[in-house]
This record gives sequence, structure tokens and C-alpha cells, in this order.
Amino acid sequence: MTDRHSELPATPMARQIIARRSLLDAAKAAPVSLKVAGSIVLLGLLLVNALIGFIVVDGQLDGEWYDFRDLGYAMERLRIELDEVNLGPWLSYWVTGLIGGLGILSFIGGFLLIGSWIERRLLARFQVRMGPNRVGPFGLLQPIADALKLMQKEVLIPMGADRLLFFLPPVLVFVPAMLAWGPIPWAPGMSYLDINVGLLFVVSITSLSVLAIWMAGWSSNNHYALLGAMRTVAMMVSYEIPISLSLIVVVLITGSLNLGEIVAWQTDHNVWLAVLLPFSLFTFFFSSTAEINRTPNDIAEAESEIVAGFHTEYSGMKAGLFLAVELGNALFVGALVATFFLGGYGLFGLEQWIPPYVILAAKASFGYFVFIWLRSTLPRFRIDQLMTFAWKYLIPLSIANVLVVAVETSIAARWEVEAIFIYGSFAVVNVILTVIAVRTWARVAGYSSSFERPEPPRVAPMIGGLKAARRIKAGA
Amino acid sequence: MDSLGVVIAFYVLSAITIVSAASIFLLRNLVHAIVLLVVVFLGMAGLFLTLSADFIAVAQILIYAGAISVLFVFAVMLTPLASRDNGNSLYAGPGLLLGGAIAAIVVVTAFDVEWNQLTGVALEQRSFTDTIEVIGNQLLGPHVLAFEVASVLLLFALLGAIVLVTDPNNEDGAAAEEEAGKDTAVGGSE
Repeated sequence: MTDRHSELPATPMARQIIARRSLLDAAKAAPVSLKVAGSIVLLGLLLVNALIGFIVVDGQLDGEWYDFRDLGYAMERLRIELDEVNLGPWLSYWVTGLIGGLGILSFIGGFLLIGSWIERRLLARFQVRMGPNRVGPFGLLQPIADALKLMQKEVLIPMGADRLLFFLPPVLVFVPAMLAWGPIPWAPGMSYLDINVGLLFVVSITSLSVLAIWMAGWSSNNHYALLGAMRTVAMMVSYEIPISLSLIVVVLITGSLNLGEIVAWQTDHNVWLAVLLPFSLFTFFFSSTAEINRTPNDIAEAESEIVAGFHTEYSGMKAGLFLAVELGNALFVGALVATFFLGGYGLFGLEQWIPPYVILAAKASFGYFVFIWLRSTLPRFRIDQLMTFAWKYLIPLSIANVLVVAVETSIAARWEVEAIFIYGSFAVVNVILTVIAVRTWARVAGYSSSFERPEPPRVAPMIGGLKAARRIKAGA
Repeated sequence: MDSLGVVIAFYVLSAITIVSAASIFLLRNLVHAIVLLVVVFLGMAGLFLTLSADFIAVAQILIYAGAISVLFVFAVMLTPLASRDNGNSLYAGPGLLLGGAIAAIVVVTAFDVEWNQLTGVALEQRSFTDTIEVIGNQLLGPHVLAFEVASVLLLFALLGAIVLVTDPNNEDGAAAEEEAGKDTAVGGSE
């Protein structure tokens, strides 16, 4: 499986791009006033960059090579400098808010640029195919070509559509997807919204996207879109409950709703909550796949049943926005799983040497990889199976899980032993209890897997002809 | 004293909330009314934020904008009336009376209460940074009985939903159970 990049431009699109005037020619042909204005803007940007670089490097940090890890400290320094300007508190709020927001946006934007390529290539590897490999080296420019194609397409509005409600959803669905990144801690003291209700904020903001999806499905005036939207609404309402129950357990153990403190608890105790709370991890991950329409649970846009679900009628970049939000949400759930269950930015002391935000990004990408893995491995659930699974399986077991962990937490609060003994014993107990509970409840609900020996395959002589049958019988 | 930003935010949020709330009554399309209802809920959450009540604001988004509005969506989509317009109500007279009474109560309360006792020095004395901790202590301390009664009420609502959708004539339990499981997904969501 090698990637041979052919000499000729592969697509008509690429040929068009090559045939265009180069950027340099276009710049030479520009009028003088535009050149002057452009160079002033460019110089201004360079100056701002130099200023930020000066504040970061200038003696406030001790100039070692690893200092770029401490972005939070650099921001703090910038804030203090701005306060000394003495124009009022609004200046530092605006500047730091702008820089933080741009940081998050550029991280997600960079991921969106490369994410779809990663997903398609990995899916292809799982299915023994090549995947996109024609545009650019290793097909790396494929997402850009896709985006250009989507932007060139005509944006259709179907007859009988509710025009305003049809216009809004691609925009609205982006807002919660961006806002929800706010409370995620990237390093000690480095989160955009350091609020005490961070966990509740994440849960509530992500639950808002269901309305945008419903609006998209309803306003399209299309049966498939409406079916997809109603499936999404029903599914999201059902799976909110297991998600909340699994996060309540995290709050019970760590005793805080602040995401930064949850990560700090895991760093202090040198343990990942995934070990202590295996069932919560499973519940959260599985329910999240339902919330963000990933494959084991993507009945909202099941291609084989209802064309493309709620965004059937969207074309061009509007459909592209829905796809982008889906991609970004997958990474976001990866980041949430990392924060709640996999120790966040901590890595058993290694965060002294590796920048913590790199660790968090790596863990989030691992979560994204698991999503792709699931997508290429598992078939899709039916909608009744999904709803039954949430209401009869996940919710009762989650309630039992909350009870068990509540008892354990009160034991931990009263027992005067080393923390490692307490939490070690809890981990063992919880893993055993989880295995027993899952197996028993599955059998009670009638879901136990049957291990009957399948019938041995028989050779049908008519398929391969008599020759083939003889060859197989002979064992060759 | 409040800063300028908070005052501006208060007026903008109030304008959004009031205008959308008024449009809910004037719009003829029920689905548009639901969307505006969500805007009202979000505006209320923003107003709570300007009062530094972060927990209440987030709970408002979670429960009202996230769950109650979905309940309205189901109500509109699952009833045959949904295709009709937001017609004139039979109960316009009693509704106006009730609304006027509630508005009168709010106005009287607003002018009767001495709001100034909770600003300045008095507010400084009760200062707390974390509203969650205070709310939690109050709920599981002095007000534990009300908390328990509310949870029992929710349990009854859940049981009621199951009883309502179970067909008593259907002796074959499996199908009825299946139905119940699906419909609690709708009824028990709040």
C-alpha cells in the first residue's frame, strides 16, 4: 500500500486551481492604495506578534526551552501589563477574552482541516482500502478540496420550506459546539471559563444543539428530514439521563463541579477515574456516541434508512457546517472523556516536561481514534434497540452505580487510612461489581449472548464448480 | 455599584426576553412560538448571570431550554392540532384575568420590598463566592423535606406516565412493556 502521487493534477478542480493567476501576479496588479493599506495591516500584525513575543520572552519567564508550555503564565503576564495601562478593567477582559477565544477557535479549526482526512484514511485502513490519496502529498489537501467544492455548490432552499428556520440551524448548531469548549482545563489554571459550575455548563450547553437539529429537520419540509429530527430528539432526551447519572458519580468522588478541580483531584491522587469508575466511563462514552451521532448510534442520519436524516435538504457549505460540527463534537467528547476519566492534562508527573495542553490534545485525539475504530467495526443499532438500551439497561444500572459510589464516598470520608488503600480497594470492588452487574442485568433483560455452536459450513458444489469442490475436499 | 457592562447587559437581555415573550402570543405559527420560547429561557438565564447566580442560570438552561422545550416539541409534533395555526383561545377572558392578577402581584412586590437592604455593606457581609455550596447545604439541611417531597412527586409523575400508556387489555406483557419503555422516554424527560 504505497501512495503514488501522480504528476498530472487529478481532478478538474485541481486543474482549475493551477490555471488561475498566481497570488504574486494578483498582488502586482493591485492598485497602489491597496498595496499601502495592505502593508500597513501586515506591519501592524507583525508588531502585535512581536509585542506578545516580547512579553512572553522578556525575563518574566526564565528563558528556558520548555517555557512555551506555560501559556497560562504568559497570559497572566499580559493581563498585568494591560492593567498597568490603566484604561479600566474592560481592556484586559477584551484582550484576554479575544486571545483565548481565538486560541480555542484556531485549535478546533486546525483539527477540522485535518480531521476528515484522518477519519477517511483510518476508515480505509480498517477496511483494507487506500482512502483519499490524490490531492496533495498523501491526499493531505483533500479536506481543502472538499471545502472548496462545498462552497462552490448552489445553496438550495426546498419549496415549502420555512425560510427563516431553514436558514438558522447551521449557524445555531455551531454555537453550543464552540461554547462547550470553554470550561475544559488545558493546563493548571488555563481554562477559558474557569467557573464553579463547569460540569453542569458543559451538560446544559451540549443539550441545546438538539433544538437546532430539530429546527433543521422540521423546516426542510421533507419526510426523511423530519424522521431524522424526531429520532434525534427522542434519542438525545433519553441519553441525557445516563450521561448525567454517570457524571454525578464523578462529582461524588471528586467533590467538585469545577473541571479544573476534577483534574487536579486525579493528579493529586495519582489515579485515573477510569479505573475507579469503569461503568461510568462506559456509560458516558456510549451515550455520547448517541448524542453526537457517531456510528454505533447514528440512527438520526442513517444513510441506509433515511437518506441523510435531518440535513437531507441542506446543500453546499450549509451541509458542510453540519458535518464540521459533527467532527468537532467527536473531538470534544474525546476531550471530555480525557478530562473526566483519563486524568485530563496530567500524566503522572510527565506534565512537568511535556506541555499539559499537548497531553490533553493527545488524549482527546485518542478518544477520536476510538470513535473511528467503533465506526469501522460496529453495525448500527435499530431505534427501538437504542431506546430500550437506554431506558431498561443503562439507567437502572447507572442508578445502582450512583448508590454504590455514594456508599464508597462516605466510607472514604470516615476511614482514616492511606488514600491508596481506600481507592485501590474501591477500584477492585467496582470493576468486579461492574462485570457482575452487566452480565446479570443483560441476562435478566434477555440480552445474554448465546454461545451455541454454529453449523459447520458446507461446500456448495454448484458455486465454484465441481473442480473447486474436489480441490476443497482434497484440502488444497 | 454595578459596572456599566452589567447595566447594558441587563437592558439588552430584558429587551430580548420581553420582545420574544410578547411575540409568542402574537405569532400564528406554533413552531416559531416554541423557538421564541427557547429564546425567552436563554434570556432569563442571562439575567440570572448578571445577578451572579451561576448555578441558577445553568440550571435554567439545562432544565428549561434543554428539557422543557423538547417536551413542547413532542407535544406539538405528536398532536394532530400541530398542523393548525395558533388560533384564538377559548379562554382569552380568564387568561387575561389571571395574567393581570400575576402582573399585579409582581408590581406590588417590586414596589413594596426594600431592595436597598441587600446592596452595599449588607451584601458585603453575606458575601459568598460559591453559590452551589450554599444551595446544596440549604437543600440537604433546612429544606430537606421539600427536596424529598419534590423527588417523590417526580417519581409519581414517572409511574403515572407508565400507567397511562400501558394497555390493561393486552395480556401479552412484552408488547405493552415495550410501549411503556418508549413513552416514558417522552413523559419522564423533565
